[in-house]
Amino acid sequence: MTKARLFLPRDAGALALGADEVEGALVAAQRRRGLEIEIIRTGSRGLYWLEPMIEVATPQGRIAYGPVHAGEVESLFDAGLLDGGAHPLRLGRPEEIPFLKRQTRLVFARCGIVDPLSSADFRAQGGWRGLERAIAIGPAATIEEVVASGLRGRGGAGFPTGIKWRTAAQAKAPQKYVVCNADEGDSGTFADRMIMEGDPFVLIEGMTIAGIAVGATKGYVYIRSEYPHAIQTLRRAIEMARDERALGASILGSPYAFDLEIRIGAGAYVCGEETSLLDSLEGKRGQVRAKPPLPAHKGLFGVPTVINNVISLASVPWILSEGAPAYVDFGIGRSRGTMPIQLAGNLKHRGLFEAAFGLTLGELVDDIAGGTATGRPIRAVQVGGPLGAYFPRALFDTPFDYEAFTAKNGLIGHGGIVAFDDTVDMAQQARFAMEFCAIESCGKCTPCRVGSVRGVEVIDRILRGEKPDENLALLAELCDTMKFGSLCALGGFVPFPVMSALTYFPEDFGSPKAGKAAAA
Amino acid sequence: MAGNDWAGSDWNAERAAARIEALRDQPGALLPILHALQEEFGYIDRAAVPLIAAALNLSRAEVHGVISFYHDFREHPPGTHVLKLCRAEACQSMGADALGAKARERLRVGWGETSADGRVTLEPVFCLGLCACAPAAMIDGKVVGGLNEKSLGVLLDKAVRS
Ligand SMILES: Cc1cc2nc3c(=O)[nH]c(=O)nc-3n(C[C@H](O)[C@H](O)[C@H](O)COP(=O)(O)O)c2cc1C
Ligand code: SF4
Ligand code: FES
Repeated sequence: MTKARLFLPRDAGALALGADEVEGALVAAQRRRGLEIEIIRTGSRGLYWLEPMIEVATPQGRIAYGPVHAGEVESLFDAGLLDGGAHPLRLGRPEEIPFLKRQTRLVFARCGIVDPLSSADFRAQGGWRGLERAIAIGPAATIEEVVASGLRGRGGAGFPTGIKWRTAAQAKAPQKYVVCNADEGDSGTFADRMIMEGDPFVLIEGMTIAGIAVGATKGYVYIRSEYPHAIQTLRRAIEMARDERALGASILGSPYAFDLEIRIGAGAYVCGEETSLLDSLEGKRGQVRAKPPLPAHKGLFGVPTVINNVISLASVPWILSEGAPAYVDFGIGRSRGTMPIQLAGNLKHRGLFEAAFGLTLGELVDDIAGGTATGRPIRAVQVGGPLGAYFPRALFDTPFDYEAFTAKNGLIGHGGIVAFDDTVDMAQQARFAMEFCAIESCGKCTPCRVGSVRGVEVIDRILRGEKPDENLALLAELCDTMKFGSLCALGGFVPFPVMSALTYFPEDFGSPKAGKAAAA
Repeated sequence: MAGNDWAGSDWNAERAAARIEALRDQPGALLPILHALQEEFGYIDRAAVPLIAAALNLSRAEVHGVISFYHDFREHPPGTHVLKLCRAEACQSMGADALGAKARERLRVGWGETSADGRVTLEPVFCLGLCACAPAAMIDGKVVGGLNEKSLGVLLDKAVRS
């Protein structure tokens, strides 16, 4: 008899919900029952409200169960878990769960399915094909393919990736670098973490393609220290890729050389800003640099550097293997391809939803996420991390698209969506945005460093009812100064959450005039 | 609860020098060195500053400036256990503010402080990437999600006792 095969995520989210305890219970039950089972630890499918989710391989395909608590494992075996037997936790075929079925998984195609550290799985499921094509067509054609795909940076700013690569490729220098921004500091985001834990080879493949394209032989991955599991998985994947000769002196037998090194952040949000990240990599305080010069001309250690977000880089292998026209087919307007949207916070169906651009905010939070986890009405949704605007229900028809969100004084950022129910106090959310900016400011410019501290004070005064009209006007003025006088988007964008809270939820600021002050 | 995310040993100049020596030649060595020292001792002792400065040809003020810039680096030894509680928005939407207040009250500490008995250091963290499993925390490097008053209480009880 062949061994039964069970799949259980090792993703940090699944671990936080008890996946290791479930594994312990599975092993104990197997021993007690004299069964032979192979437990394969995978990444997460991203259906976190169902984690820990077990899948069993059956002749009809995989059958999922979840959310599984360690105490329920015995009853699962009693119900015939290994044959996909009926049980209250049985979810059926995972691909048929509406949350997954409605997705378009290009970047996350393998995540949650394969053993993240099996290079055989990776190759069998289409891995290295993008890299092989990049080697075959050469650097110039590779860059043109990425340009033609319309891929824009998924880290937040949305700059066209191919154009950035072209600039770095044209820079003449004996040494260049590729840097992967894996700082993922925005609250509500976890796509970078999931891919590094669930399919690390795809990031290695994307970075190697970038290296070949721009003529860099060395890459750094700057991962935040809050992600120990991602660090560990990526570290082992890099070693395995070297053994496979997908990294090293002669990539897949070609004349190209490329290797990777991991560096770890140290808890500073601002180090996700690309120039601050470069300073941090150089061993300095992570302070933002004035631009120009662009990193593509003068980046890490003063040489031309391409810096991209994890998801931008992980999107490239698919673009190369399937071709730019196939990628452009997805999306709307100038937002092409797919975006891994992260549904987080107070939502019933929380998790990773990769889809073509264009779904509306309402479709995402009401329909796909099914409203709040607490069962109360959604009152506000923050999109794009701590510097993103709070959207009221009146704006839920906004399509998920870079330009559409900009037009509404918001941003999609790294694709995080955080929902709040009607117990939220929006004045406190505005205060927190200022407080966060004060804590995380790199200190280089006054509007951000001093303005954020003053912002907290002014909001406190408004909430105490001290000269509300005067202080509301002051807050609006302060936001204006920060918006136009800050060197980077930390100080420059914090007015988005603050002013959106004030504009759409004036009643929380205890003043009927609050809304008018914000609108003025 | 056993184990920590650092060796937890007392400051020792020789071992510090060995960790510095092993890393000093790589480009941008300062952060890797600081991480190594914190992994070894749980914090960066003041006595490490001149050693690092000499090894990297920096001034002491420069080294200190870097240590103080990053939230991760502690300048004092932490408690037996370190609880990092997420304070960011996704966790707020699921009740993190109340959990933070409860933890501070229970341990009688402010953010970043260690309980008087030296058992638990409470540190704020702004997102652990567990925003779909909120409210989230990390205790001694182990991740915990879906926290509520009760499970946080159990976690704190264990940490205070063991
Ligand atoms: C305060 C601040 C924080 C940022 N944090 C991140 C981050 O955590 N991850 C990221 O990829 N980009 C972040 N960015 C955006 C980067 O500066 C940069 O645009 C990005 O790394 C470029 O890569 P991309 O074009 O692939 O998105 C941040 C920007 C600012 C201003
Ligand atoms: S806006 Fe803030 S974080 Fe950005 S450079 Fe200025 S002080 Fe630094
Ligand atoms: S906001 Fe708490 S884990 Fe992301």
